[in-house]
Amino acid sequence: MIRRSMRHLGLFVCLLWGFLVQADAGLDLNAFQGRVVYLDFWASWCGPCRQSFPWMEILKDTYGAQGLEIVAVNVDRDRADADKFLHQFHPTFDLRFDPQGDLAERYKVQGMPSSMLIDRHGVTRFIHVGFRPADVRLYEAQVRELLAEK
Amino acid sequence: MMSRSSLALAMLAVAAVTGCTSLGVKPWQRDVLARQEMQLDSDPLDAAIDDHMYFSKEASSGGRSFAGGGCGCN
Repeated sequence: MIRRSMRHLGLFVCLLWGFLVQADAGLDLNAFQGRVVYLDFWASWCGPCRQSFPWMEILKDTYGAQGLEIVAVNVDRDRADADKFLHQFHPTFDLRFDPQGDLAERYKVQGMPSSMLIDRHGVTRFIHVGFRPADVRLYEAQVRELLAEK
Repeated sequence: MMSRSSLALAMLAVAAVTGCTSLGVKPWQRDVLARQEMQLDSDPLDAAIDDHMYFSKEASSGGRSFAGGGCGCN
């Protein structure tokens, strides 16, 4: 009787193993409640990221006081590659590391680089796939729009 | 009716097939795909020359992959 229930338990664990051992990089957006979040997914091998990083630095300097928070999530498999990139750009904004790609999966990243603009209430309002310097004005307008909201 | 063992085997086969649910490379994994070792032909120049020879001799071309891809950004 106990053996049978143990077998059932074993089967249950086997079937749900994937759910039970989820190791999420974890981004708790609740910590940023009330602030506008610019969530950017970048990688050391991503060329356009070399253009977006200096711009994000400027963005932080310009709008940080108004409530903008920049969180840059790295998706490199090798931390050494990411460190090499960071050594070159020295960003001062928030950095997260997601080598398993859990966070990228959760936010359904469509291409590299990707960025999401999340408003003060935690709702994702704008999604940008790719980075082109020509789009910078549009992105800044979107940031200003979200910052203006309560 | 099926025997118990064949039913169990069938269920296992169905469960195993779910391993194919996520095909393809994710956008953030493209750096691995762009590596030299991951290319479909080992020597693109050789492949191009071979293709020319086949075209000349057989009056047909194609049927092989083409090199390229890059990092997949933008």
